[in-house]
Amino acid sequence: MIRLDYEIIANIIEPGAKVLDLGCGDGELLTLLREKKGCRGTGIEIDDGEVMRAIEKGVSVSHGDIGRDLDVYADKRFDYVILNESLQQIINIEKIIDEALRVGRYVIVGIPNFCHIRARIQLFFHGRVPVTKSLPYKWYNTPNLRFLSLRDFRSFCCEKGVKIEKARYLAEGQEVSLCTNLLADAGIFVLSRG
Amino acid sequence: MRGRDRLVLKKRVNNMTFVETQYVNFSETLTLKSGAKLSPITVAYETYGALNADKSNAILICHAFTGDANAAFFHKDAKKPGWWDDMIGSGKAFDTDKYFVICPNVLGSCKGTTGPSSIDPKTGKPYGLSFPVITIQDMVSLEKRLVDHLGIKKLLSVAGGSMGGMQSLTWPVMYPDLTHSSIVIAACHRHTAQQIAFDEVGRQAVIADPDWKGGDYYGKAIPKSGLAIARMIGHITYMSEMSMEQKFGRKLVDKEQLGYSFATDFEVQEYLEYRGQSFVDRFDANSYLYLTKAMDYFDLTEGGKKLTDVLQRVTADFLVISFTSDWLYPSHQSQHLVRSLKANDLDVSYVELKSDYGHDAFLVEFDDQTRIVSNYLAKVVKERVERA
Repeated sequence: MIRLDYEIIANIIEPGAKVLDLGCGDGELLTLLREKKGCRGTGIEIDDGEVMRAIEKGVSVSHGDIGRDLDVYADKRFDYVILNESLQQIINIEKIIDEALRVGRYVIVGIPNFCHIRARIQLFFHGRVPVTKSLPYKWYNTPNLRFLSLRDFRSFCCEKGVKIEKARYLAEGQEVSLCTNLLADAGIFVLSRG
Repeated sequence: MRGRDRLVLKKRVNNMTFVETQYVNFSETLTLKSGAKLSPITVAYETYGALNADKSNAILICHAFTGDANAAFFHKDAKKPGWWDDMIGSGKAFDTDKYFVICPNVLGSCKGTTGPSSIDPKTGKPYGLSFPVITIQDMVSLEKRLVDHLGIKKLLSVAGGSMGGMQSLTWPVMYPDLTHSSIVIAACHRHTAQQIAFDEVGRQAVIADPDWKGGDYYGKAIPKSGLAIARMIGHITYMSEMSMEQKFGRKLVDKEQLGYSFATDFEVQEYLEYRGQSFVDRFDANSYLYLTKAMDYFDLTEGGKKLTDVLQRVTADFLVISFTSDWLYPSHQSQHLVRSLKANDLDVSYVELKSDYGHDAFLVEFDDQTRIVSNYLAKVVKERVERA
């Protein structure tokens, strides 16, 4: 079964599009996009084990920090730049989003919602930093550096003059559209320079 | 880890097959990068596997500095198989059930291809220093002749580590339409001051040996001590601090305490001496000078060009591999290459493998390299050959 976030992203992207996946992991999404959509794509991944798994899948991938080589690409070199489940682990978010919007016509950002209702309950009633299915880490071992809600991300885009072309929200493996900042555990945003 | 276990089981020498080095003579003059002309030229090479009907499965393997054409399998009566036997053979990274693998000895070497120890037909004596100074580009020009001779129009891939990686990188730059892909391992696009410096110390050691005699030592005493010292320096740069510490530490040779003399105390001394001595029996001192010079002259950006401009005509896909502890050809050189390939919109995969073996890792870390190279080649076949 295909992960819902991958399915949503695959549905957003047009056939044959040129894709750059920042933080591509084992290359599963790029493989899906190649097989279902005929996309030409490449990825960047920091973990060497994941890089090798991606190469095993026949994905073009390079090993390193997400932002490392973005500056070498010409403007609008890609149709889509994907930052799925990687944005929350980045230090210089503004610069990366800016560069991603420069090299891609569209940028797809998938983020977990740190203000989901289950997280809020743990925070409010238990006085604990939340640990949930979509945020499974403890405070001392989380790879996440940025803790944001879906609303935080929407207002970030508004402040930076980034247009949200589309937004899709996921909860428990289904799409939701109401009270998203409370009920969705993740959001997928399609961004452009407008 | 399952994949890894499977590959560990696969580690085996290609022990059932004997191979022989083949030779081809080219009488046509080769004009070198320096402008000098050389003819005739003999190329020693070996091939493994079978060329398919449409000749689309040929892979050229370029050897490193002191390597030779025997990349895999055994020569009759040999104790050891070829230098990359872990990587080439049935079911291995360069799978000889699928691919036709060619490995030539480079120009200027002493392992069968024409070099300074070959007989100059004009004089009937070994060339010595009258052999022209050669470059990586000249090695590639000669390899191109061999590929033509074998009737191959386009290679599936060119692959090599270290000096072999310099050649595999140069191939698609010089001949953009003649290879689908290039695999560049532990290499660079230009020798840095530090790399030149290490080579220079090695050359000076050879030249300072009174037996070197301006390169005219054939048939007489060879410059053993100079060449051995050069090799010792080389070996230090091929290892890492960690691998030396693990292998030798401060272990003493056959003694409980320090000898308070200049005899051999430490195992690392004994190892370097052994490596140096065994090298002089198998390698020509003049070839040492010529090949290190070729590497030192290697700079694809020669004349202040930008690497991105140099790569403009390239159409091949690339796989670039470096190793964390390689301080002779450090990862940042590979990363610089990767950036320039990306800037040219070329398809490139890059991985920096964790290894404590230093520069030697490309000869040793066959496990990870097998996973990467075998799958990468399958991708090239799928995307570049089958689709066409």
